[in-house]
Amino acid sequence: MFKRIVSTLVAGLMAAALAVPAASAYELVMPSFDYRTGPYAPNGIPFANGYHDYLMMLNERDGGIEGVPVKLVQCETAYNTKQGVECYEKVKDTDPSRALVVQPLSTGITYQLIPKASVDEIPVHSMGYGRTSAANGKVFPWIFNFPATYWDQAAVFVKYIGEKEGGMENLKGKKIALVYHNSAYGKEPIRTLEKAAEKFGFEFMPLAVDHPGQEQKATWLQIRKEQPDWVMMWGWGVMNQVAIKEAASIRFPMDRFLGVWWSGSENDVLPAGDGANGYLSGAFHAPGDNFPVHDDIKKYVYDNGKALGERDRIGEVLYNRGLIAAVYATEAIRNAMKMHNTKEVTPAMVRDGMEALDLTEARLTELGLPDFTIPVKITCDNHAGPRKVAIQQWDASAKKWSMVTDFYDTMNDIVDPLIEEDSAAYAAENNIKPRDCN
Amino acid sequence: MNPELLFFLETVIGGLMAGVMYALVALGFVLIFKASGIFNFAQGVMCLFAALALYDFMAPGGWVDRWFGFTFPVWAAIALTIVVMIILAWVIERFVLQYLVQQEPIILFMATIGLAYVLEGVGDILFGSDVKPLDIGLPQGASDWLLDNFNLYVEKLEVVAAVTAAVLVTVLAVFFQRTRIGRALRAVADDHQAALSVGISLRTIWVIVWSVSGIVALVAGIMWGSKSGVQFSLSLIALKALPVLILGGFTSVPGAIVGGLIIGVGEKIAEVYLGPLVGGAIENWFAYMLALAFLLFRPQGLFGERIIERV
Amino acid sequence: MFYREAGQFKTDYASDQALFPIAQDRWFVLAVLFVAVAVVPFFVDDYWANAITLPFLIYALAAIGLNLLTGYCGQVSLGTGGFMAVGAFSTFKLTTAFPELNFIVVILLSGAITAGVGVLFGIPSLRIKGFYLAVATLAAQFFLVWLFNKVDWFLNYSPTGQISMPPREIFGILITGPRAAPEAKYLFCLIFIGIFALLAKNLVRGRVGRSWMAIRDMDIAAELIGIRPLEAKLTAFAVSSFYVGMAGSLYFGVWLGAAEPIEAFGIEQSFLVLFMIIVGGLGSILGSFLGAAFITLMPILMKNFMVDGLQLAVVTAKHIEITMLGVLIIFFLIVEPHGFARLWQIAKEKLRLWPFPH
Repeated sequence: MFKRIVSTLVAGLMAAALAVPAASAYELVMPSFDYRTGPYAPNGIPFANGYHDYLMMLNERDGGIEGVPVKLVQCETAYNTKQGVECYEKVKDTDPSRALVVQPLSTGITYQLIPKASVDEIPVHSMGYGRTSAANGKVFPWIFNFPATYWDQAAVFVKYIGEKEGGMENLKGKKIALVYHNSAYGKEPIRTLEKAAEKFGFEFMPLAVDHPGQEQKATWLQIRKEQPDWVMMWGWGVMNQVAIKEAASIRFPMDRFLGVWWSGSENDVLPAGDGANGYLSGAFHAPGDNFPVHDDIKKYVYDNGKALGERDRIGEVLYNRGLIAAVYATEAIRNAMKMHNTKEVTPAMVRDGMEALDLTEARLTELGLPDFTIPVKITCDNHAGPRKVAIQQWDASAKKWSMVTDFYDTMNDIVDPLIEEDSAAYAAENNIKPRDCN
Repeated sequence: MNPELLFFLETVIGGLMAGVMYALVALGFVLIFKASGIFNFAQGVMCLFAALALYDFMAPGGWVDRWFGFTFPVWAAIALTIVVMIILAWVIERFVLQYLVQQEPIILFMATIGLAYVLEGVGDILFGSDVKPLDIGLPQGASDWLLDNFNLYVEKLEVVAAVTAAVLVTVLAVFFQRTRIGRALRAVADDHQAALSVGISLRTIWVIVWSVSGIVALVAGIMWGSKSGVQFSLSLIALKALPVLILGGFTSVPGAIVGGLIIGVGEKIAEVYLGPLVGGAIENWFAYMLALAFLLFRPQGLFGERIIERV
Repeated sequence: MFYREAGQFKTDYASDQALFPIAQDRWFVLAVLFVAVAVVPFFVDDYWANAITLPFLIYALAAIGLNLLTGYCGQVSLGTGGFMAVGAFSTFKLTTAFPELNFIVVILLSGAITAGVGVLFGIPSLRIKGFYLAVATLAAQFFLVWLFNKVDWFLNYSPTGQISMPPREIFGILITGPRAAPEAKYLFCLIFIGIFALLAKNLVRGRVGRSWMAIRDMDIAAELIGIRPLEAKLTAFAVSSFYVGMAGSLYFGVWLGAAEPIEAFGIEQSFLVLFMIIVGGLGSILGSFLGAAFITLMPILMKNFMVDGLQLAVVTAKHIEITMLGVLIIFFLIVEPHGFARLWQIAKEKLRLWPFPH
């Protein structure tokens, strides 16, 4: 037995030593920080599959990006910050191109990487999560968080509620509760909502739920007692499922219950069954697998046996989110190739490409994603792009999400000063002189 | 009825029900601790494992369905899961515990941590990490009758849990008090050496007690799994059972129930009435503070065996 | 043959009471220190610093702290994460309020503040014992983390809910922040932990350490021979928390650089450090290092071996890694229930007789 273990070990070590990269052609290193284990795995798996499948599809169909193959480097973080740091250090200098763009996929890991990646000169794209004030490209040249931030999401919810109440002036005297994951992530919208409450005169009621959030009786009893007109949720993982179920139990009207875009996937509503019918959530892309790009993925990835996921789960909300993340990253790389007129791009070039990203509807259609999301245009001082959010609704009988509104603009008068303030504080703390963008 | 009073009543009932749910998890800890002095860190993962196994036996798209093309009805699936838990108990005894007889409690505790890792890894490999909506036909949602007639909110699933817990505790009490095996279990709990010397097989007893605790884990897994879907987070409910266990005493079955009720009611009242004053989410630490307050008066827990100290 | 103490005569009390009375031990420790100080820094890059050496050293310090309390004084604690949070937040508040303050002083002060908090939560230990005592430290764990998360003052009113470490220098060398050189961070932690490990080693063989061990072995008997439990238990809580607080300070300041209270200092952290000391060996300073090495490095080693060596899929590797970690823990416990430190001792005994075992 012992001998066998030793011989396996030796064989493995030799394989490791012999596995020198067969470095013949240039490859584009794109790390993928997966979390397929741990308490948040159910959300991590579809996202990682979407990211993986799109890149694989490009490799199979076009031989990569502009003919340069993509080298996808997966690393398991288990949604744990420390493992995320290990992953980052491991993948960042992968040959031949170094990590071109990092998607940390967790608030904690993003905060770790914001200072580090800026020094290592690797662009970070925290798509709809992470540090909101990274929207200020003057202070955070290496960090991107388009197409929208949590603060925009909160502002859009207030707008949506105002619209449903028949005008923003009707918000006065209304009561809006926020059920949030008691962590840095969950606390994000509070400042924005407090400001909005001041401006529009509604009563704001924050209710914290501790990780992991399996027991929320007290929270929902409070909601039953206070009878808020609307409830928003910043939840994650098992907390979403339990909250939606509890809300259904106390007969809270589902069409007055709004979840952030991380609280609006199939996983979150399915366990609640019919009770979840009508539940709303934010979104910056469409659900469903009826876009041309999905056909290509099925044809080039799933039919070739290169897939990691199951075919019938293509097009889930989080799958599409991983897919659009891959689209943004690859378009930034394409842009970088054009701008620097080389196929052997480096992370610094990709940063330039991302900063000049202009993803129009025409280009999205070309990519096989017509009417999938909003056009994105990034500039030197705006790293959050359009900052628009739409609302999607769950249909329990059809087991389908569908977009029910157009994209709303954020409330610049509330959110912009907050971004300015927080990024200025970061710059002061870390002796960063904001760069000039003109 | 006065709405304030009604709401208070609702909070108390909600707390009692939550307490029963915690007690179901704590019960598994107590059984093993009582019979072997092992603080079983893997109890939470066992709940998860049992619920996963159950799901895969009965649900379309589960493991059995994919491999053999059919699924078991609920009762058969439960029976099969019980068999799985018994096999698991045997495996644990055969490969872990038998080598660790007579070790200090903290070493055995560490061994169960290793066990928790193994079960977690194996569970992931066998069953995958997706959320699995578990539905064995238990009633869900609020009781309409109470809500319509008395404006009182009581969750049906939790009533079922309470009834199940009552039945479970009665059965366990009878089992411990009236059967031969139960008497042997109590003998082992009292004194390993003396039990061995009157011819009780320690190893058999351990397999039995781990099996029973596995079945209790299955019950807890069903209740919590019906509530939130079966997923990894299910294993973290062990943390909610800890204050219950400490308050009730590690060695007392009724202690787990009473402790659960006290913790449940205490933390809900604190969260609802004190929480808004200090910013909320206090129930977690409040449960421990409450247990601590009780323990200062009774250091062995409410129903724990008296600690006798001699030099 | 190589490990024989015959012929080493002690001619005075000082040499008889030396920390490592056997010459081979002395040389061995010096050799390890020499490699750690003079050789390793040349090989430390970002990966080795941030993923391997810093976590190992910092967890080792925390493990020493917990071992003083649990291993030497017999008081089970599950509040390590909370106490580390106290250290980290003290560091953050001190260093942002007084940017001129030397970082070493900041760390020591953070340790001292944590010691105070530790004593406070140690008071119930006078009445509650064994596993039941875990409740007091668990209350500390959940309460402290809740407090730091809830009160904005601790976060300097940042809307992000995170604390982040500004760059700090010692003697002109950058120690914290993203621009700090990996070897500087490594050496700083190494020296810090080296000094405090030696201090701990000396502490536990002195009067204080012996009174702790007496309490651990049987507190009533200890009381009868004139050891005051109040004093012994509370000093154990204080010293242990001091170490854990410093570990928290380094954990946040030097290693991570940014932290949010719930995730970085959660209950998992407390369990992790407890696992380290049990696997490494209760009541052993060396065991704290070995346990920290096992728990922090083993998963990374297995992962790199399976992913890079055997070319397994990342997720399969992770599942096997978790399973194997459990199997290894059980395996080592069965082989030697008293941890790696005891295995090491047995190995030394064997070496002493080798190659003539009879």
